[in-house]
Amino acid sequence: MSAVRRSPVRGLAPLLIGVALLWLALVVLLPLGMVFAEAFRRGLDGFLDAFSEPDAWSAVRLTLLVAAISVPLNALFGLAAAWCITRYEFRGKALLTTLIDLPFSVSPVISGLVWVLLFGTAGWFAPLLDALGVRVIFTVTGLVLATILVTLPFVARELIPLMQQQGADEELAAVTLGAGPWAIFSRVTLPNVRWALLYGVLLCNARAMGEFGAVSVVSGHIRGLTNTLPLHVEILYNEYDFVGAFATATVLASLALVTLLIKSLLEWRFADELAATRRH
Amino acid sequence: MTAVPLSRRWRWKEPSVLPGFGLTFGFTVLYLSLIVLIPLAALVVRPWELGPAGVWEAATNPRALAALRLSFVAGGLAALINAVMGLVLAWVLVRYDFPGKRIIDALVDLPFALPTAVAGIALTALYAPNGPIGSVLTDWGVRVAYTPLGVLIALIFVGLPFVVRSVQPVLEDLDHEIEEAAETLGATPFQRARLVVLPALLPALISGAGLAFARAVGEYGSVIFIAGNMPQRSEIAPLLVVIQLEQFNYAGAAAIGLAMLALSFLILLTLNGLQAVIARRGRA
Repeated sequence: MSAVRRSPVRGLAPLLIGVALLWLALVVLLPLGMVFAEAFRRGLDGFLDAFSEPDAWSAVRLTLLVAAISVPLNALFGLAAAWCITRYEFRGKALLTTLIDLPFSVSPVISGLVWVLLFGTAGWFAPLLDALGVRVIFTVTGLVLATILVTLPFVARELIPLMQQQGADEELAAVTLGAGPWAIFSRVTLPNVRWALLYGVLLCNARAMGEFGAVSVVSGHIRGLTNTLPLHVEILYNEYDFVGAFATATVLASLALVTLLIKSLLEWRFADELAATRRH
Repeated sequence: MTAVPLSRRWRWKEPSVLPGFGLTFGFTVLYLSLIVLIPLAALVVRPWELGPAGVWEAATNPRALAALRLSFVAGGLAALINAVMGLVLAWVLVRYDFPGKRIIDALVDLPFALPTAVAGIALTALYAPNGPIGSVLTDWGVRVAYTPLGVLIALIFVGLPFVVRSVQPVLEDLDHEIEEAAETLGATPFQRARLVVLPALLPALISGAGLAFARAVGEYGSVIFIAGNMPQRSEIAPLLVVIQLEQFNYAGAAAIGLAMLALSFLILLTLNGLQAVIARRGRA
């Protein structure tokens, strides 16, 4: 359908476009611009100072580590969930699909809180953890668990509608031709869903690296040990090191912009291989 | 033993020649149980250590009530504003062509992609009394940062993409012929918008606004910097959960968390019902 259409009311199109652009500039572009403006408020040197701190680098490493554990696990989960939900008919499927989406409707703070209720000093499993000499809350394990919970739906949500749409015909043909389970997965299913998988992993990763509420609850904010980048931003800000906070924030803002860029490229280049709602 | 014909036997799973059901189903259920079900069960069960009266007190004492009210009222207002502006944005992106449209379309998702803490400090710097927007507003006597208005601004930011992204695909699929038929029958542009386009978009509009609302109610990172967090005035419910937790009041924190969850489910259920009613009326 052509987007260029004679406007029904003279002058309505420019007016609406103007309103939409102004709104987007006010709500989205100004805050984004502010991040970079504040980061360079004291020039390039002030900006670079923020990265001379060892704590900043340990925050970068920890953020990468948490994402490197959480994202592959949730990708594996997304593949397994999409396979069993779209390739078989069984009772309770709707319930399973709803449960997968549940983490999106839960506050990030609650996604952190639940792990404290289980593993905190007064948590259900505290005696067990004490006996084993293991700690979860205020450690990397806690950060990973909270991040996995928050980002659990991303990959599954991209794969389920797409694999539903594609149907099982190709896999059934492969079975008929004598292909084993691994051959079906690696030579039929995976090539069919690879761009949607990448799309899901991209969004999952962006959220995993940027998550704040959930990890803030379980982190304990131990500098150099359990501080991810977003938490490092908060600490600097609360210490009135505004330039440092915004300089660190530019790293996260750049990550967001790169994510949006790749996401748009995928939508544009591989539209047919993404779920229908992603094509625009 | 009498053999039951295969077709009549109750089955929870239809047979399939595709391999891997046991493995993928087992993994999915195990993973969901460990990551989602058991942790959320703790949230549902823990508060009752306080007894029913204790849970009621933890969730309805003046401070908790004020925080819940702020989160839900500001979240509702932000969702309404986003519903209107999201409709305009979706309309402009689908129906008009203009230079840079692709970039504008991509930028709509920025609130999804930008970490909430970054959004929070950027909005605060922008609306603080010495910030670029804040200083202008202060001259007019309006204070945004460190007031409930700041909470609203942050929630508008995080909720912006939801309505756009739920209305956009429906608007793209909307048949122009129906609008043209209405035009042929003498409908004015505003009648067409009100009687033809809007009813078709309403279910998507409601579900988008519902998602924006659910997100706003639980939002934490982008709000706490700009809110000022004064108890009973600009303190949001998720922050109160964190504060209770820092005082090792696990059950109290869980009680407020449970109240948040119950209230948002109630509202989302109402919105779903509303959507069903509209869909039924549309078919009749």
